[in-house]
Amino acid sequence: MSRKTAKTDTKDSYVTADGRTIGPAVMEMQNITLRFGGVIAIQDISFDIREGEVRAIIGPNGAGKSSMLNVINGFYHPQEGQILYKGEVRKPLKPYEIAHQGIARTFQNIALFKGMSTLDNIMTGRLTHMKTGMLSQALWWGRAQKEEVENRAFVERIIDFLEIQSIRKVPVGRLPYGLQKRVELGRALAAEPSLLLLDEPMAGMNVEEKEDMSRFILDVNEEFGTTIALIEHDMSVVMDLADRVVVMDYGKKIGDGTPDEVRSNQAVIDAYLGVSHD
Amino acid sequence: MISDASSLIVADKAALDTVPKLIAHHIQTRPSETAYREKEFGIWQSWTWQEAGEEMRALAMGMMGRGLKAGDHVAIIGRNRPYFYWAMVACQSVGAIPVPIYQDSVASEMAYVLNHCSARFIVAENQEQVDKVLEVQDQLENLEQVIYLDPRGMRKYDHTRLTTYRDIQAEGRANADKISVQMDRIIAKTTGQDACAMLYTSGTTGRPKGVVLSHDNVIKTSQASSEFDHLVAADSVLAYLPMAWVGDFIFSIGQASWCGFCVNCPESTDTMQQDLREIGPTYFFAPPRYFEQVLTTVLIRMEDAGTLKQKIFRHFMDFAAEVGGDMLDGKPVGLLDRLKYALGNLLVYGPLKNTLGLSRVRVGYTAGEAIGPEIFDFYRSLGINLKQLYGQTEASVFITQQPDGEVRSDTVGVPTPGVEIKINEDGEVFYRSPGSFVEYYKNKESTEKTKDKQGWVATGDAGFLEKDSGHLRIIDRAADVGKMKDGALFAPKYVENKLKFYPSILEAVVFGAGKDMCTAFINIDLQAVGNWAERNNIAYSSYQELAGNAHVYQMVQGHINEVNRDIASDEMLSGCQIHRFLILHKELDADDGELTRTRKIRRRVIQDRFKDLIDALYGGKTEIFVKTPVIYEDGTSGSISATLKIEDASVAFVKETAA
Repeated sequence: MSRKTAKTDTKDSYVTADGRTIGPAVMEMQNITLRFGGVIAIQDISFDIREGEVRAIIGPNGAGKSSMLNVINGFYHPQEGQILYKGEVRKPLKPYEIAHQGIARTFQNIALFKGMSTLDNIMTGRLTHMKTGMLSQALWWGRAQKEEVENRAFVERIIDFLEIQSIRKVPVGRLPYGLQKRVELGRALAAEPSLLLLDEPMAGMNVEEKEDMSRFILDVNEEFGTTIALIEHDMSVVMDLADRVVVMDYGKKIGDGTPDEVRSNQAVIDAYLGVSHD
Repeated sequence: MISDASSLIVADKAALDTVPKLIAHHIQTRPSETAYREKEFGIWQSWTWQEAGEEMRALAMGMMGRGLKAGDHVAIIGRNRPYFYWAMVACQSVGAIPVPIYQDSVASEMAYVLNHCSARFIVAENQEQVDKVLEVQDQLENLEQVIYLDPRGMRKYDHTRLTTYRDIQAEGRANADKISVQMDRIIAKTTGQDACAMLYTSGTTGRPKGVVLSHDNVIKTSQASSEFDHLVAADSVLAYLPMAWVGDFIFSIGQASWCGFCVNCPESTDTMQQDLREIGPTYFFAPPRYFEQVLTTVLIRMEDAGTLKQKIFRHFMDFAAEVGGDMLDGKPVGLLDRLKYALGNLLVYGPLKNTLGLSRVRVGYTAGEAIGPEIFDFYRSLGINLKQLYGQTEASVFITQQPDGEVRSDTVGVPTPGVEIKINEDGEVFYRSPGSFVEYYKNKESTEKTKDKQGWVATGDAGFLEKDSGHLRIIDRAADVGKMKDGALFAPKYVENKLKFYPSILEAVVFGAGKDMCTAFINIDLQAVGNWAERNNIAYSSYQELAGNAHVYQMVQGHINEVNRDIASDEMLSGCQIHRFLILHKELDADDGELTRTRKIRRRVIQDRFKDLIDALYGGKTEIFVKTPVIYEDGTSGSISATLKIEDASVAFVKETAA
């Protein structure tokens, strides 16, 4: 699999070696600085996310990766710099407004409704696509019924996609960690996002679960053309998955480029990868 | 198959000698009845005979258009889905021979089979299976077309030889006017003597062999066995056992096309239990292991129930053990007992059967291994008509089966109608039947060794016919039965089965041929022992750690001692008592070649692989360090190392003085 042929120097679309079309930037961070009181979490970082690519943000613990994702997400508002999303400057938004913009995310420490079934959890991801009011939904009457059936059908496709048919009716709290992560991905997918943010999707997984998750991430990107930005700890996974990688350390950007470029970047090697064994 | 050929309407089903003709018969006579169901996207999707016939026909014409010829072998790799059953019939309609392959085979196993049958076409389920084929494609000289069902993840693949199932069907539909007549001619021309399918044996010894079954083999056997159990079109089955296994082929293709009952396919491998509940089949087959596991789960869950529930459960289960079996066999049972059983049915048996998905089972079978008498009786006492059959791939499954009312856990029944049985002087079972296979493909030598000129086939099993009842009893694999150093009879499987009846023992391998004492490897059952450990506050973090636990050793030792006492009472086999044992640090696995794909142990492989452990068992050591290479599910290899303890068991009675 050679996903490592991304170009960083052009604003035009191009086609990757494996046949996916990568479009121009959908999101641009411009000189972002984020401070919490005296602590500088992110310092003057700029990079972009292009349409249809898998963009990874990596860095050692405390590098500011999750803060960066929260900035992208609109949850944190940087004190300096600006973000362009689909060409427009991003203003502070409420969570539901973010969701309506077509951005969905998963969390590092799983934020599912533990007492609800897998199916119901993923159904909540469809909320932005439901238009009927609370009353008609409660009575399950008229359009609400039709809407529920349509959305259920969509959710069933996700269940099939993620191969979690056997846990459809199981309360999420009873599932092992790896499966909970998968359900969370399912809920994010249910929103039909154009930009999917994944916060450490492989954390705490064993080799087999990681392989499964990698396959799902690639398939989502390939089948639905979803743009994906992910934070990850596991270097080997990132290098295989991502088209381009941003490397952070102590809130600063120390590298940006294709996995190969990043791998051979001396600053990155020093900060994170250690000494190359090749 | 034939939607418009009126020339093929035949009133008498018995005159139809091929599977495609039988299916055409159902399409003609019952077009709008349900033939196949599959759960997908959370809903049971169904196809009528008419619809299924159209799907098969489109695929068959598509493959024919791509150059599939009569006599070609077509490999079919996937889990039980209607699409693959259609693919099998589609092949037969073109005169080609379907060769279902175990979907969990690793690439190298697949390469052997694909090469051996010189498959030109492969019908595969998804990326996983296609990847395995592509991995070994350099070794496959004859391969021309790979047809796959699920396109996911394969967009960027080189599609010169890859085509989707639906595209092939679309081609078939587009070329119908050109191909249709030609295909009908082939269907009409094919007779019962032609090959219906080729199924590979699991290969407990050596390479798998391709067993060629003719349409006659399959249909005559299906007819006889269906009539034996009065199976009709209204019955239903859940197709969940591997498609490459002869049982699934006979149940879901043979008997289904003879009787015309509906074949239901589960949503995924993991949802089988839920799907079973939803479908509630009337005809059900499962290996003994399945019934053991389900019973273990039931008992474990009952232990978590409240005291009252536990008491009711125990009381009524004890009661069922007394009268349930007799009621099922139609023996006289007192009115009071009948009333009490009815109450038990309301409170315990009914709900339990419903939970297990066995409420509607009219005919249930188990086979392949011996089933523990307690387990067997448990299901029968609930009112489930569970029976045993004896069969093998070479016989199109059925050799003997138990008639209603004559069911016992220690026999495998009377010969299926049409089957003759004889026992030779060495005690080996031979049979002759309409279902006896045609030949081993490209293996004349083995064919002649197994099937003689008069048509008698050697089963390789040692057994005898009971004089008064006429039931067959199987002792062991003839090849495994040997002599110990002192000349005493050595029948490992007999002992292993006794051990495996304990829920905590998943697998046992007994050694002793030519030795002065018997020893054993034990595999514990992680579910049962794990639960037991939790209850007894025994902490463990892995299979290996649990297997090495001293308390676990103690428990297993207790089981072995009991088995030894039991065996000691049998004069012939008292030499088979186990003197020393160890608990293996890893589960025996088909991926490592230690088990066949149908989960039978491969003695020779285990003997070679764990030679140092066997030496240690006989060498008097109390522990040994091992490092075993393992192959993970993704094909990568690693190794497990551990220090294993070796324990002695107490031997109840020893004829000759042993070490």
